[in-house]
Amino acid sequence: MSPHATRRVFTSKGQTDGCSPPLSLIPMAQSIRRDSPELPDFSLLKRLARDQLIYLLEQLPGRKDLFIDADLMSPLDRIANVSTLKQHEVDKLYKVEYKPIVSTSDQLCFLIRPRLQSVKWICDVVNADKAAGKFRRYKLIFTPQKFYACENVLEEQGIFGDVTTDEWGFHLLPLDDDIISLELPEFFRDYFLDGNQRWVRTAGCVLHLLHSLYGPFSKVYGIGRCSKMAYESWREQVEEGEQKGRDGEIGSVFLFDRDVDYVTPMCSQVVYEGLVDDIFRIKCGCVEFGPEVTSSDKSLKVMLNSQDKVFNQIRNEHFSNVFGFLSQKAKNLQTAYDKRCGMDIKQIKTFVSEELKGLKQEHRLLSLHIGASESMMKKKTKQEFQELLKTEHSLLEGFDIRECITFIEEHINRQCSMIESLRLLCLLSLTENGLLSKDYKSMKAQYLQSYGVDHLPTFANLKQLGILVEQPTGETLTAMENKVGKLVNDRAAGKLTDAFSSLAKKSHFRALSRRLNLVLERDGWTGLEEVTRLLNGQEFAASGCSEADGKARSDTQRTILVMFLGGCTFSEISALRFLGKEKGYKFIIVTTAITNSARLIEALLDNRA
Amino acid sequence: MYIMSVVYNRKVELYEMSWVLRDGLRDSLVAAAPYGGPIAVMKESQCLSPSVRPQLDIYTASGVTMATFPWKSGPVVQLGWSVSEELLCVQQDGTVLIYDLTGAFLRHFSMGQEVVQSHVSEAKIFHSPYGTGVAIVTGSSRFTLATNIDDLKLRRLPEVPGLQGAPSCWAVLNQDRQTKVLLANGPELYLLDNTCCTSVVLPGGSPLDGVFVHIAVSFSYKYLALFTDTGHLWTGLANLQDKLSEVDTKIRSPPKQMVWYVVTCRPVCLPTCLSVHLPVCLPTCLYPLDEACVCVGELDGVRLLSPSRHELLQEVPLVCEDIFKIASMGPGALLLEAHKEYQKSSQKADEYLREIKEQGMLGDAVRQCVEAAGHEQHTHTQKALLRAASFGKCFLTNLSPEAFVSVCRDLRVLNAVRDPSIGIPLTHTQLYPLAIEVCVCVCRLVYRRLYPLAIEVCRYLKTPEYQGVSRILRHWACSKVQQKGESDEVMVRCISGRLADSPGISYSHIASKAYDSGRTELAIKLLDYEARSGEQVPLLLKMRRSQLALSKAIESGDTDLVYTVVSYVKNEMNRGDFFMTLRNQPVALSLYRQFCKLQEQETLKDLYNQDDDHQELANYYVSASYREKVQANCYVSASYREKVQANYYVSASYREKVQANYYVSASYRERYWWLKLKSLAEKEEWEELEKFSKSKKSPVGYLPFVEVCMKKSNKYEAKKYVTKVTPEQRVRAHLTIEDVEGAADAAIERRSEAEIGTVISHCSSSSSSSQRLLLDKLQRALTTANRK
Repeated sequence: MSPHATRRVFTSKGQTDGCSPPLSLIPMAQSIRRDSPELPDFSLLKRLARDQLIYLLEQLPGRKDLFIDADLMSPLDRIANVSTLKQHEVDKLYKVEYKPIVSTSDQLCFLIRPRLQSVKWICDVVNADKAAGKFRRYKLIFTPQKFYACENVLEEQGIFGDVTTDEWGFHLLPLDDDIISLELPEFFRDYFLDGNQRWVRTAGCVLHLLHSLYGPFSKVYGIGRCSKMAYESWREQVEEGEQKGRDGEIGSVFLFDRDVDYVTPMCSQVVYEGLVDDIFRIKCGCVEFGPEVTSSDKSLKVMLNSQDKVFNQIRNEHFSNVFGFLSQKAKNLQTAYDKRCGMDIKQIKTFVSEELKGLKQEHRLLSLHIGASESMMKKKTKQEFQELLKTEHSLLEGFDIRECITFIEEHINRQCSMIESLRLLCLLSLTENGLLSKDYKSMKAQYLQSYGVDHLPTFANLKQLGILVEQPTGETLTAMENKVGKLVNDRAAGKLTDAFSSLAKKSHFRALSRRLNLVLERDGWTGLEEVTRLLNGQEFAASGCSEADGKARSDTQRTILVMFLGGCTFSEISALRFLGKEKGYKFIIVTTAITNSARLIEALLDNRA
Repeated sequence: MYIMSVVYNRKVELYEMSWVLRDGLRDSLVAAAPYGGPIAVMKESQCLSPSVRPQLDIYTASGVTMATFPWKSGPVVQLGWSVSEELLCVQQDGTVLIYDLTGAFLRHFSMGQEVVQSHVSEAKIFHSPYGTGVAIVTGSSRFTLATNIDDLKLRRLPEVPGLQGAPSCWAVLNQDRQTKVLLANGPELYLLDNTCCTSVVLPGGSPLDGVFVHIAVSFSYKYLALFTDTGHLWTGLANLQDKLSEVDTKIRSPPKQMVWYVVTCRPVCLPTCLSVHLPVCLPTCLYPLDEACVCVGELDGVRLLSPSRHELLQEVPLVCEDIFKIASMGPGALLLEAHKEYQKSSQKADEYLREIKEQGMLGDAVRQCVEAAGHEQHTHTQKALLRAASFGKCFLTNLSPEAFVSVCRDLRVLNAVRDPSIGIPLTHTQLYPLAIEVCVCVCRLVYRRLYPLAIEVCRYLKTPEYQGVSRILRHWACSKVQQKGESDEVMVRCISGRLADSPGISYSHIASKAYDSGRTELAIKLLDYEARSGEQVPLLLKMRRSQLALSKAIESGDTDLVYTVVSYVKNEMNRGDFFMTLRNQPVALSLYRQFCKLQEQETLKDLYNQDDDHQELANYYVSASYREKVQANCYVSASYREKVQANYYVSASYREKVQANYYVSASYRERYWWLKLKSLAEKEEWEELEKFSKSKKSPVGYLPFVEVCMKKSNKYEAKKYVTKVTPEQRVRAHLTIEDVEGAADAAIERRSEAEIGTVISHCSSSSSSSQRLLLDKLQRALTTANRK
């Protein structure tokens, strides 16, 4: 592993790095806090969702075929498996594929996201049945909510009276003990690119749901316009319903817009969990390892969460540490196995009945993760990847920019992965506060020629979001330098490299979480106005309910809910977990979706319009 | 008629009427609403002639005039009251006009086109669980029904066989959630429902000779009575299955009016009928009536309305009977007596008390007194009973005071509204008829616009604010906005000031009332107070304030609302204005754009054109052209695809051509080299590759040549290019072809620390002797390099 890579860790390395001033503002006397509070039980959310789904299915009595949106399949699987569905008279399951259907059932149930495309497809299905003189009953279940636009399509197509519509309030899917996802990847594009605010209310609903189940919250902080709107939407809903006073399980709430920090998600991830996501793509807390990992000819689906003992220990580790850990673990396992030599019959009996099963399980998991990290290692130790990482690092540090540009150009000319090239371009623009006009034009031209002119709209999208822009003339690097300088430390501006290197260590997000910490200490954004203003502004703080009554609720106060509007990466989650461990906080991460650089860019692609 | 002999009836005088009627009630259309409601009077003799304008008067039950106005419309057949105390006037031409209590015209509807010609010959206004209904029979003997005037649906009932002209009598029945009409044509009975007309034979078998002249249905639609011209009276259940009794009344002249009067507190419900002009017909007693009067059926009795007084004919409730019966020894009676003696300071009080106590009936006695007090109309009797109850209570330890308290409270309210100036003669039984959340009298007060009293009553009864005070205030505000004369500002301030802290007030409701009465500006101002934007926006759209609606919708953050407005405005305005409107509202614009992207691509183009958004326009054309291409691809099926694939395989030569085009521009040289060397390697045309490498100086260097060869695992070819690689990349080149020694040499030559380090890390993995030698060499070189 190159030294560069190791230095850009978001997790455990952060504190030991001498040159970083991250948490040093907080007295480190207590260093590592021993008592992180217990997390609230989020399985309740699953139960609620399941019960509601069953209720909705029973609204359509009799046998029925169920059509499910492709991206709802995995979340649904986490809520109710096939046998549960079958119990409630679901005959066959189909994926929504925008093709004519073959079902013979006379009752059709559609479980879809409120997208116009799906609704139009259903209209086609219904109209086709009508033309064929077939009589069927149709039920549309929208999740998490229905939109007027969808009903409008039904009306326009003249089938509003033929179908019944319902809402399945499946807002939150707990992916892990501390991660809750809305599973709405389109949130990012809808809100940030298209300026469509339809999901803001959903975010408000989510807050309301969490508030009513686990609240009341003592304080709410946020950065960004969307956060503010989500907060207001939530307040509105709270005011409509009555609130019973009780002890909450969650202290403060932080809301972040994704556009506050694009740098972090644009970097390659180096934490084990992040890497697994980057390479194999974790879907809904579940990953499919191909034959090269399982060392058999089948691929295998594995749940990745804290239930997996091995994974739980390595998920937040820097990748270079993982292999060592795994081999140590393997040795331990071997010793545990070896114990049985020299046992008498009775001991063996207890061994088999008590330990063996656990060991077997551990063994299985271990071999899987070793396989996965081997396969990753193979990819990551390649020359190309090393250079990629080096370039990324240089970009963050802010030196050898020319070299980086050359590297990116070569990357483009060689027609390496289209997403990767775009990601590097974005990272370049983000760290350099925009590309020089000359560079921008030539790189764009090269990119389009390498990957096709159909990417033109993509560039427009990226420009609109400010991820990949031309440097405005007149403004030089000092703006960015200032920005970063203020962000990380109040050091005198001008020490360019200093500012950049600390940025690189921490990246934006580090700074962000640091501020989060500061906010906790200071109870508000006061004094940080300047910083937040530079970071797209729009911060707010509001206290929810009565102040905590002394120590009794201190545990609650140290449970913090962090909500990312527009998605967050596993690196960020790891960083928060690390921060929590350091300071004795417990973070609950609520996100609209788990994202990474590839997903972020794919969301902005427009080449297939 | 055995049980009947023990029924006591009483006639209580409610009011001395304060009205002045010129000709009494004779020849007038009179309608009195149930539950002590108002009375409407119209002179009948005049109202059928179109030339004369009769007077329509509305009085309270005590005869105080509430409204009086000349009737200007057509001849009226029937007057009646709806459940919400609106006056319905059924005209001869089938039009039903609705007025409120103050005589203000509210609205009208028609009973059908057909009626205009054939005329209404008779009409009945009835109450059902669905609201107030109207039934008419036309001159051509057809029935038309409307079961709920607030949700008007006219139903024309089937024809009755053999019916010429008006039926001799008829009534509306409510059975099994259906509204039916029972009618008599001479001696025949028919039941009409939605679909058919069935002939009915009365159960009981007795052949009733004579013609039916009267049908009466009880207040709850449970009982039915039929009267023949021979004086026979048949009573039974309204389902026409069971007979209760059959009496020969010996009355030959048919009664003018027949009303049910049902007593519910007896184990057996006893029907009684009474007729006007004749003494009231009862098996045991007859009430002589000295004046012509009108009977109004109530839940627990009959109100008799005569020009001079207003009376309630009622069966004496059992408790009252027990207490006040002559020589009654009931516990309640004894307690009352005891209390009287106690007030006279007589020791007899003690005797009475002892007597009750000996029977262990003191609790019952108190209960009886309390209950009886509720049924009494006169305050002094109420007081005497309640005092007695309270006296009795002193000797009891564990009696729940609830009944006493609630009766006291209810009586206070009842006495207040019974006051002649208010004139709502409700009985205690009528106060809570059907477990509705607000007691009847509050509604009555609100209809009469006696808001302060209504609020007082609500507060006194401790009705939850949401159901009580808030609702009254809403009514107040709604009637307030309909008043003319006050400026909008004053009105808004007045309303918002009064309503400020009441929960559950819907400003949009008030605003829509204001709009209905033509005060749009006022409505908009009121809407500002509405907290729920979901309520604001539709009304604003209705008022055609789409701009305002749009900004309100956006403020709310509810995209569904925004979308509603956008799709409304889209149809409402011409395109240019619509786009201009959107332009000022970015949120709506982006929403519409997204919609267009999916639904109406053409509109999208126009939208961009209008905005002069060249960037988006360009994007639009790019994606549009790609879309066309994709479609083309789809149409030109397999053969085309094969061709494309063939093109792919033509590879080198074809690509070169393409690349040549790139090559024109010098800046694309690099890509050209990359493409070419990659495709040559792909095809393993090593000679060509070599030729190509020598054709010119490579702008990408020669390392790529090494790499592409190694990708095909052709070490031999790769070696050819290693020497050409620049010194900086040479180490890497050697490592790429797995030539560690060459790499080591190159690194040592370069004396670069980092590169030596890289080589070391590469050879440290194996442990052959030659490797070890090499390692030593490298280590040495490293130290020398370090020394420098």
